[in-house]
Amino acid sequence: MSRINDVGGMAGFPPIAEEPDEPRFHADWEAHVFALNGALIRRGVYNLDEFRDAQERLPVQRYLAASYYERWFAAITTLLVEKGIATAAELEAPDDHAH
Amino acid sequence: MSGDHVSSVISARVRRVEDLLEGRGLLDAGEIDRRIDEFAAGGSPANGARVVARAWVDPGFASRLLADANTALGELGLSMSGGLQEQRLKVVANSAAEHHVVVCTLCSCYPIALLGPSPSWYKSEAYRSRVVRDPRGVLREFGVELPAETQISVWDASAESRYMVLPRRPEGTGALSEAELAGLVTRKGLIGTALV
Repeated sequence: MSRINDVGGMAGFPPIAEEPDEPRFHADWEAHVFALNGALIRRGVYNLDEFRDAQERLPVQRYLAASYYERWFAAITTLLVEKGIATAAELEAPDDHAH
Repeated sequence: MSGDHVSSVISARVRRVEDLLEGRGLLDAGEIDRRIDEFAAGGSPANGARVVARAWVDPGFASRLLADANTALGELGLSMSGGLQEQRLKVVANSAAEHHVVVCTLCSCYPIALLGPSPSWYKSEAYRSRVVRDPRGVLREFGVELPAETQISVWDASAESRYMVLPRRPEGTGALSEAELAGLVTRKGLIGTALV
């Protein structure tokens, strides 16, 4: 059974939007997420296939609403919890509940 | 909620995860900054452009490239092993009869070593979903109008296999040097969503 990431041929997505002179990352945190993932894979905390899988099994609505690196960060935190490295509560920023 | 606000919330969460991992010995101080710098100094479309220019001026290299791209890259000091494992590269050559275009329908697989970081449109659901169903229409949106008799082949990349397009050498470039030829090659030309 296919997952939400398997969009080849699917109808209903908007026109393709090109961004002229697009930067490598749109915010510092995106670069940090990119680097963090590389560091964790290299340390063997999880492997690349587990990382891809963790993105692909995000709840469908969350997958579609998230930006590219938001998906990465969601996958990283999912795996850190599943591997027993941290609890979900520890990974929430202190002010998360303020909003 | 503004975009800036979302960004500051997620920035704080990312910092918190980094601090926590540092505290648990899973991240060294300065490691993240070092990796960001390494990435910035890494792959660029200039690498893919060099490969294309060499193939245009050296038919022997072009045949070796199309037969076994991973080995041929070594002749230019390039490789596909910069990531966590070596990825297989296949180079597909455009001709009057056939135009190639690359996608990763499942995620965003892409030869970063040769093309640099991928543009957002390459990673978008819009591109991934549509280019396999209506490549001619998608290419038209990118301003590429191909003759009806030109066949379009779409290559769907995966974690292990990556693709790069060898564009056609433009007419009237016989007098250009290899470096000048490389200067004509764009990232979109290497993906197949532009001609050179």
